[in-house]
Amino acid sequence: MSGSMAFLLWIKGPMFNIALAIFAIGLFARFAEIFLLGRKPNYAEPRAGEWLPGFKTMFTRSIADPGTFQRASFNVVVGWVWHLGFLIALLLFVPHVELMKGLFGIVWPALPNPVVDLITAITLIALVATLVHRLTHPVKQRISTFDDYLVWTVVFLVVLTGYLAYHRLVNPYPIALGMHILMAEIFLIILPFTKLTHIFTAFIARWYNGAAFGRKGVAS
Amino acid sequence: MSELTLERGLAAFRAEIDAPIAAFFSSCVHCGICAQSCPFYLETGDPKYTPILKLEPLRLVWEGEFTLWGRIKRTLGLQQKVTDEMLAEWEELLYDSCSMCGRCSLVCPVGNDLAYMIRKSREGMVQAGHAPEGLIAASVRAIQTGSPMGLQWKTLAVQIKHVEDSTSLTVPVDKTGVDYLVLLSSMEIINFPEYLEAITKIFDHAGVTWTLSTQCFEATNAGIQIGNKDIAAQLVERVVAAAEKLKVPNVISPECGHAYTAIRWEGPNLIGRPYPFRVFHIIEVLDTLRASGRLQTEGMESDRLSLHDPCNLARKSGVIQQQRNLMALVADNFVDLKEHGKFQWCCGAGGGVSSNERAEPLKLAAFKRKKAQIEEVAPERMVTMCATCRTQLEEGMEEFNMNIPVVGLTEMIADHLVEKEARS
Repeated sequence: MSGSMAFLLWIKGPMFNIALAIFAIGLFARFAEIFLLGRKPNYAEPRAGEWLPGFKTMFTRSIADPGTFQRASFNVVVGWVWHLGFLIALLLFVPHVELMKGLFGIVWPALPNPVVDLITAITLIALVATLVHRLTHPVKQRISTFDDYLVWTVVFLVVLTGYLAYHRLVNPYPIALGMHILMAEIFLIILPFTKLTHIFTAFIARWYNGAAFGRKGVAS
Repeated sequence: MSELTLERGLAAFRAEIDAPIAAFFSSCVHCGICAQSCPFYLETGDPKYTPILKLEPLRLVWEGEFTLWGRIKRTLGLQQKVTDEMLAEWEELLYDSCSMCGRCSLVCPVGNDLAYMIRKSREGMVQAGHAPEGLIAASVRAIQTGSPMGLQWKTLAVQIKHVEDSTSLTVPVDKTGVDYLVLLSSMEIINFPEYLEAITKIFDHAGVTWTLSTQCFEATNAGIQIGNKDIAAQLVERVVAAAEKLKVPNVISPECGHAYTAIRWEGPNLIGRPYPFRVFHIIEVLDTLRASGRLQTEGMESDRLSLHDPCNLARKSGVIQQQRNLMALVADNFVDLKEHGKFQWCCGAGGGVSSNERAEPLKLAAFKRKKAQIEEVAPERMVTMCATCRTQLEEGMEEFNMNIPVVGLTEMIADHLVEKEARS
């Protein structure tokens, strides 16, 4: 067996399991860190319940209010483009659908490859735009940390290696594919310990936000 | 009080960290959109006023002590520590440049309730000895005299006399078993005595039974503004004691935004039990009277009027439609500011900023956002329902040579009541 094939098999086998284990344990720890803290009882007479407004905000907060959209349109639009692009490439690319089928036994329709290809290219451009914005906008410059650049690099490399592998731009192919899977694994490994946790915790945060405002009679 | 130290501050930060705080910090992606909702950032252009950055001390405590990775970093000596110097630097960010208006809490894409986190951060700042002088003085006065401005009952008694003379009505004091205990704010008593006259007329007109209490007339809570639960709880207990003594089923918070959120939402949690009475903002009471047909008005204001929603009343308490219903009763040329209701812009003076003399330039800078909003719809007068907002609007517009008077909504309603003799 060639070295490149052995690399791919290791990445798809033991390394995948390691990554998955760290991801699962890390994420479990993060959830425990959040929920074990709990909340103090609230004795103020509520105007409305918490659950429904909480759930509503979990979804509605994805859309910026018109004023914010106007003031931060670049942030909002580019953010939407790359998040959607990333999700489409992750969930609707034929080999990824096959992977999900293998892992979870559930299948859904994929998009034609050229469509995903175009979306991936747009995602890469949008990601570069977010980096430029982070490096140049005074607010983002001021609040950015090592974590922000690490996460950007990993996310960008996950998409870039996928794009390179699909276009056979790196040879031999097992190395190209192996690199892509490895990057995805690194993504999984760092997820629970970086701002990537927002993939899960943003919905918890939104719930708390919606619940707190909803209790006071404000749709947040 | 024993000495305020960094250690005490850190302990207070720790004690404030709960599940929402952990979820919020876990979710921040440093997108910076909160800055676009902050009048202090927008009007100064200084990125240090980005709301999430103001929370860095609390975030560091959370990361270093409440997360697995933070603990590992701390063990390896890689975790940044919160120092006394840091807190000294952050004092301006957490107090002078934040009115806790909560607008950032409503626009953060991941749902972080930043105003909630600021409120909690201030608890740590007080314990670490890094609260502004102006707020410390107001808190001490509130505890010692019952009023953050040091105002005493005798001053109010003089005003009551004036009201009684000019209305020929009685201002009830220490009456038991009435429907409402009315609270006031010192700023209102000093700057806007017309409020007391207005409610005296309105309640007489609507047949509402009410009273003031010599035991407690102050509704504001300096303890909440500075961020000290003990002081805040003590001030709330005074209201509860007065209400219990007079056996009132309802307490009315005056035309003051923060007094309302303090007594309505934080109060029961500060004292650790539900109230034996209900709390309403005066605007809620007036709108209920309107809806039940107990407010009979005549004549309409014909000039172009617009409305400033106090943050604490609208965005942070859901009182948004009530003031518009009341405006419709007496104004036929009303125009809303473009971003209003829950998305209104802060006047810049709330959250203790107006009690913090050092913050004066920032307070005026933040007002420019409101100024631009007002200029956009060009009203002839502004109407509001918070004494702090009203003072800030008046001072701000005077500073910028805008000739737009500001009136309180309660007072405007009182001006349109049908005279008793005319009703039958």
